[in-house]
Amino acid sequence: MPDIRPHRLDQAEIDKNFADLHPPLKRSEALIEADRCYFCFDAPCTQVCPTGIDIPAFIQKIRSDNIRGSARTILEENIMGGMCARVCPTEVLCEEACVRNTHEDKPVEIGLLQRYATDPVIAAGTQLFARAPASGKRVAVVGAGPAGLSCAHRLAMLGHEVKVFNRDPKRGGLNEYGIAAYKTVDDFAQREIEYILGIGGIEVEDGVALGKDFSLAALRDAYDAVFLGLGLALVNDLNIDNEDLPGVENAIDYIAKLRQADDKSSLPVGRNVVVIGGGMTAIDIAVQSKRLGAENVHIVYRRGPDDMSASEFEQQLAKTSGVAVHHWLHPKAVHGVGHVEFVEFDKNGQPVTMEADVVFKAIGQRMADRELAGELQGIDLEYGKIVVDDQQATSLPGVWAGGDCVTGGEDLTVSAVEHGKVAALAIDRYLGGDNG
Amino acid sequence: MADLKSDFLGITSPNPFWLASAPPTDKAYNVNRAFEAGWGGAVWKTLGEAGPPIVNVSGPRYSALHSNERRVIGFNNIELITDRPLETNLEEIRQIKRDWPDRALVVSVMLPMNEKAWADHVPMIEDTGADALELNFGCPHGMSERGMGAAVGQVPEYIQMATEWCKKAASVPVIVKLTPNVTNILPPAKAAKDGGADAVSLINTVNSIMHVNYDTLTMYPTTDGMGTHGGYCGEAVKPIALNMVAEIARTADTSDLPISGIGGITDWRDAVDFLALGASNVQVCTAAMVYGFKIIDDLTDGLNTFLDDKGMTAVDELVGKAVPSVTDWQYLNLNYVEKAVIDQELCIKCGRCHIVCEDTSHQAITHTVNGERKFEVIDEECVGCNLCVSVCPVDSCITMQHVPDDEQPLDWTRHPNNPMRKT
Repeated sequence: MPDIRPHRLDQAEIDKNFADLHPPLKRSEALIEADRCYFCFDAPCTQVCPTGIDIPAFIQKIRSDNIRGSARTILEENIMGGMCARVCPTEVLCEEACVRNTHEDKPVEIGLLQRYATDPVIAAGTQLFARAPASGKRVAVVGAGPAGLSCAHRLAMLGHEVKVFNRDPKRGGLNEYGIAAYKTVDDFAQREIEYILGIGGIEVEDGVALGKDFSLAALRDAYDAVFLGLGLALVNDLNIDNEDLPGVENAIDYIAKLRQADDKSSLPVGRNVVVIGGGMTAIDIAVQSKRLGAENVHIVYRRGPDDMSASEFEQQLAKTSGVAVHHWLHPKAVHGVGHVEFVEFDKNGQPVTMEADVVFKAIGQRMADRELAGELQGIDLEYGKIVVDDQQATSLPGVWAGGDCVTGGEDLTVSAVEHGKVAALAIDRYLGGDNG
Repeated sequence: MADLKSDFLGITSPNPFWLASAPPTDKAYNVNRAFEAGWGGAVWKTLGEAGPPIVNVSGPRYSALHSNERRVIGFNNIELITDRPLETNLEEIRQIKRDWPDRALVVSVMLPMNEKAWADHVPMIEDTGADALELNFGCPHGMSERGMGAAVGQVPEYIQMATEWCKKAASVPVIVKLTPNVTNILPPAKAAKDGGADAVSLINTVNSIMHVNYDTLTMYPTTDGMGTHGGYCGEAVKPIALNMVAEIARTADTSDLPISGIGGITDWRDAVDFLALGASNVQVCTAAMVYGFKIIDDLTDGLNTFLDDKGMTAVDELVGKAVPSVTDWQYLNLNYVEKAVIDQELCIKCGRCHIVCEDTSHQAITHTVNGERKFEVIDEECVGCNLCVSVCPVDSCITMQHVPDDEQPLDWTRHPNNPMRKT
């Protein structure tokens, strides 16, 4: 039998391994770091931020000890500024653009500063935005992930009534179910959502799924506009032999299980874990497996390091966490009797095998396009995703979409938040608003 | 290695760095430590009249202006002159001078405006063997309310009167320490000279309130809820001091007065500023109070290296070097043109030069060239104001460069737009 069991590490070690990856800055640290910001003209960091946060402005406010003002600057562009401060790949976004890289090869720690500014208002529940007078309009939002909640919040701000339809028992989508535990400790995802809903005017119904419990057609009838933030509900298959052998799991499912576990030491952990994929999910599952006590963890990717969609920082994190990363190996088959025992790869025509008692598939997710074909009638799809214009409008009048389920997305929380915001502004104008 | 040995009014010291009259020089214990660390001299904290000692507040005496990393940029105090008995101080001064004969030991004095007080006290102080007296006409708080310190220093006639009384009783050199809390430093300096002063030292502290306490909305700091202005010093006051030193050094009436330079000296470059603008030696307080006496090592070593680099063998060769370059605005050559040049290799593209020029000056720096983020000077618009150089975070990235032309030098006194021009 393969060696899969819980309690490989004791509770103290688990707690240490799943502590905050980037501990928050103390006030003195934040002031010194804020002082490093040059307050650039037309700042390059802001230019590359998908939500367009005025980064020098919020840092200037940290510098002058105006933390609430700083949080307002962040949250008015990105209501999930708290989560994005934790999960954004800043090393390829704002911090890569920071001119300090040219000056001294060390950017301003924008992510940590953003967390410093936003944590207090979320902890205190300080609402920074008031709702506009009631418009009398009602908007349905399908999905309670970053796109859906961002859209809902902005719509509420603009005076509309919003109803959010959430498939899962808990709210937040990938914020709740998909992010590595050490990136969002202390139930932050739920605390942030409570804060977002605190603005009022947003009703959430949990555990209801499109196509099962309600239809798009019904929503279009009952509401003045609809926003689809469906996410990518299904995991891509490897399409290799014995893929359904016990021990072969979806990384996404295990990450969700890990996030929801009250006692992480009770989770079963393999001795030899093989992760197939090259994105953030692959890194997350590999690092978390290692931190749960797996002895040997391998990430296997079919192409080279530069092709991996995981950022360099993430790849480094895997390596420093003791994960072995292999490139240019194509998965061919899973082997084992009654349970996976090893995985076979092809390397330039040569077979390579790797011992494994657990195999995680992390080669991307897909929208349930085929499963929802009936529901999505009239909406143009491309490569299995929803086609939208630059205002997030779908081809179906009165229906907008955003987040991972639309084409051209970057599969980032911050992009989803921007989609939701842009869609909300477009919906508001469609409903007669004048948000400009 | 250059020789840092200093001779100020015949008072010799191994280097030109004296500790200024202030808390670091209030006791033999501190002065001993300073001399062990290598300080060239010390001006003993101001002595007052014999009798019941001065009383200080028992709350905060000091407060600071900080940068975000809490570096002290400016410093404020409401401490009075020494609060120890006169006899104790005199005894300790005598002992220190005996133990450290090669160091300069000057005693700061503050006495009431009557001749008898000076006639009584000056001989007592001289008897300690001290090298000179420094008259404190600058303390801006507390003592000035009692008709001494800045109350004297702000009235040239009083300066002259008290200096004369002191000189009459003294056989050692007398240095008059000037307050910057005046609109023009020249009349006080001239009054000191006319009273017979052998030298002036400047500046004393600048009247100041540091800030407000944002919780209580009272001034900060307070003693039992109330506060009072203090004296401001530290790096932030250096430019004020340098101007006053240079004014005295370049004005015919006062240019022969030896100057002991004081005001924000923190590293050796600050000392070079004072010396080049006319001071013969310098006094330091705040930097020592912020970092301890050990900074003397950087001060002496840095000055020494600098003199070597300049091919100078003694401090005196540096003294006054920059004075001839200081003049009145009206004598500046209005035909001399400089323009900013941005080194594109060094530019990190922060755009600070562009936005300050665009918003507050002459719209002379681009932000985009051929669709690319690029900051270039538009020569036709650039007036050479130096704002971009001042705000650029990269050293030497933006420089001012002279634009040669055939124009003859022309200053305001002869400028055609000047209705009062000399013909």
